[in-house]
Formats: sequence, structure tokens, C-alpha cells
Amino acid sequence: MSEKKKTDSPLERLGNGLFKENPTFVLALGMCPTLAVTTSAMNGLGMGLSTTAVLMMSNLMISLLRKVIPSRVRIPAFIVIIATFVTVVQFLMQAYLPGVNSALGIYIPLIVVNCIILGRAEAYAYMNPPIPSFFDGLGMGLGFSLALTCIGAVRELLGAGKVFDHQVMPGSYVPINIFILAPGAFFVLAALTALQNYIRIRQKKAGKEPKKPAGCVEDCQNCAESGCGMRFYDAEGKKDAIKKTNKKAMAEAVSEPPKKALAEALSETQKKAPAENGIKENAPAANEVKEKEDSEKKAEEENKKGGEEK
Amino acid sequence: MNDVKDLLILLLSSSLVSNVVLSQFLGLCPFLGVSKKVKTASGMGVAVIFVITIASAVAGVIYQFLLVPLKLQYLQTIVFILVIAALVQFVEMFLKKSVPSLYQALGVYLPLITTNCAVLGVALTNVQKEYGILKGIVNGFGTALGFSIAIIILAGIREKTANNDVPESFRGMPMVLLTAGLMAIAFCGFSGLL
Repeated sequence: MSEKKKTDSPLERLGNGLFKENPTFVLALGMCPTLAVTTSAMNGLGMGLSTTAVLMMSNLMISLLRKVIPSRVRIPAFIVIIATFVTVVQFLMQAYLPGVNSALGIYIPLIVVNCIILGRAEAYAYMNPPIPSFFDGLGMGLGFSLALTCIGAVRELLGAGKVFDHQVMPGSYVPINIFILAPGAFFVLAALTALQNYIRIRQKKAGKEPKKPAGCVEDCQNCAESGCGMRFYDAEGKKDAIKKTNKKAMAEAVSEPPKKALAEALSETQKKAPAENGIKENAPAANEVKEKEDSEKKAEEENKKGGEEK
Repeated sequence: MNDVKDLLILLLSSSLVSNVVLSQFLGLCPFLGVSKKVKTASGMGVAVIFVITIASAVAGVIYQFLLVPLKLQYLQTIVFILVIAALVQFVEMFLKKSVPSLYQALGVYLPLITTNCAVLGVALTNVQKEYGILKGIVNGFGTALGFSIAIIILAGIREKTANNDVPESFRGMPMVLLTAGLMAIAFCGFSGLL
């Protein structure tokens, strides 16, 4: 917890959030709101900025309280803090930006369950002093806003021929309506993740290690199977969080059964495939070993492989 | 009679017309993550139906009988998320003790659901649209049913297309997203239903 890092300068944090570790384009976090609210550039910007506000304040608050919150109950504590600020933002928007608020609707209170916020709280704010944490939140939030605005602008441009409600495309352009409807969101995100994959593949070919997303451990693609699904439960145990002692502690009570269950689920899904294949391939081979000499067996296996390839 | 008709229409609209995943984008993570096989997908679907129905009932009761009389409606987001997290935990413990066979079937999926934004989304929608407790439960059940329908269909399609020859960068998630997009187009057709 009191891991001493060199304090990061505000500017470095801003740049980090905006470009180097952009939550949407690089870390692939928080994809659900990304899809839902980017029907236009304005909605994207509104969602991005409200997330930014929540992220800044929750990072600041969590960082200030980081020595007070015991690490066992930190996740519920984070959630209460985040939910408080989300409520504040929600009421501010209802009062001052009713238009944007009604366009975003239920997705404003759902900022609570956004991966990015809990991810940053966990990965940065809980371990760093207030000022860098605040700017980390600001940078990440602005990065998120930038990404949402861009995606929103693309969808609005293709789907309505406008950007920020200004007609951009010539009058002869026939809008592809589907892009501002639900399916368009899936298509845009598919293109985006394909682009990310492309970059990753190229990085691998160039021999570089691809960047691992911070915070949620995995991106949203693998959310349910690993990182995010467990984010209430402290699955990683990377800090001193889980010790099998105090059963009264809430995080403990929460973390134990799901851990086992998830481990089972994971092993079930992951092991099944290779195990089945292994059995099918090895079983006949094992019988043959007893009867034939090694050289023969090898030859046969090669034959088999050749047969399979054909 | 009119009430029953209203409830049926609500059920239809929450499960098909405004499908929770394909038109509202809630619960995308399990939708994309647990849809590799039909078997696991249907397990997840049943677990989601179970949890969301109970959660919307509990959230509805708490809102009606606790938050409204105390004029604490502004606390709804905080209260709902904590209640849901605790509820899933209780449900899991309860099932483990008293209905082991059901726990065997659903246990694995329960912890995954806590963080499912669809659960919170349903609770908040019920408040926003001023459904009572009964309508809230029906809306919750319908939403979860829609989730199950969508995830099972997607799992079926993914099983069929798992070994298809796809460009390298489109392998995996982009392909799933495209599939989901096509499904969303199909589900758009339901909007003519009501």
C-alpha cells in the first residue's frame, strides 16, 4: 500500500491519460457506455465530461482517504465514494443541462459500474498522493471524452451527415441511418477492436511486447471471464488484501466463494478444450507404445499428422 | 383484464422490442464473454433471469417502502448498487445451503452477475419509468429473458462460426461484435411489434 513511487507530474499524467494509455483506444476499458451513448458527438462529449468529473473527484477523494480505508473493504468503499459523486453529477446535469441529461438518461447513473473509474481507483489513486491522482483522473477522463467524441462524430457523420449538429456532408449524401441506431454501435466497435488487433499483431511481429491494460487487468472483451467480473471481489490479491483470517471483514466474506466458483468456471472453460483434444490424440498412441517400438510409433504419428493435414 | 394485458405488453417490449443487450447495451461484458458455448450461455441466462427478477423485486420494495417515505430518493444509485451486491451474495449463500442442485447449476455464474450493469440498469429504469413493484418485477423478468434469448442465440452462432476463415485482425472479438450487430439489426424488426 505504501509503495513508494516517484510522484508523477500533472502534465505527464494528463498526457498519459489522453494518449499513451487512452482508456478507450489503448486500454479498451469501459466499452459498454462507449457503445450506448455515442449516437452523436455531443452525447459522446457529454458522457465523457460527466465521467471525467466523477473520475477526478473520486480519484482525489480515494487518494486522500487511501491511508484510512483498510484494504480489505476498499472495493465497497470505492463504490460508495464513486456512487456519491455520480449522484452529484447526475443532479447537476438535471439542473443545468437537462437536454444532455435526457439524451443520456440511464447511462449517467450507470457511470458507477464503469470499468475505468474503479480501475483507476484501484490501479492509481489508492497508491498515489492526491495531486497526481487528481490529474490522473483528469487525464483519463479527457482521454475517454476524446475517444467518445471521436466515435460519436464518426457515427453522426455517417449516420446523419452532421458533426455537432452542423451539416458537413453535401446535400446529395444519403445518410446511412443504421450508424446512429444500435447495430451501428456494434459495427463501429468491431472496426475499432479489429484495428487494435491489427496494431497488436504488428507489434508482435516487430518483436515488441503488446501493452497490457492497467486497472481492470483485461479489456472488456475478457471482462466476464476474468478481471472485471471480479472487480468487486479483489481477485488478484496483488496487494495484501486477501488473507484467510478475519471472516468478519466484508471483502473477505465477499471474496471467498466467488473466487472458488470463478476458478472452477475458468478451469472448466479453459481446460476442457485442450483436455478433450489431448485425450483423443493420445489415447490410441498410448496403446500403440506397448506393442510397437518407438521408431515405428513416431513414423505412425507422422503419418497421422500428415493424414490430418490432408 | 386490462392489467394483465398491460403486463404482457410490458414483458414483450422489455424482452424483445427494447432488448437489453442489443438495443440498450447493458450487460455487454457477460454477453460477449460467456457466449462461447450454448451450454454455458444458457446457464448464464437462467442465472441472470433469477437474479434480475429478485433484484428488481427487492430494489422496488426498498424504493417504495424505505426511500420514498424517508424522502431519500436521491440515494437510489448508492443504495441499489450496494443492495444488489449484497443480494447476489445472499442468494448464493442461500442456494448453497438449501437448494444445492440449483446452486450446482447456477453457482458459477452468480458472482459474475453482481457487476452486470443490466441489474442496476433495470432497478434504475423501474424507478425512472415509475413502474410499481409488480410492473417492476415483470419488467425485470422480461429484460432478463431478453438477455437470455440474445446470449443463447449469439452462443449458437459463435459455435457455428468458430472455425470459419476470417481475416487475422477480425478474429475473435471483432467478429463477435459484427455478429451482435447483425443480430441487433434483426431485433430492430421487433420494433414494429408494438
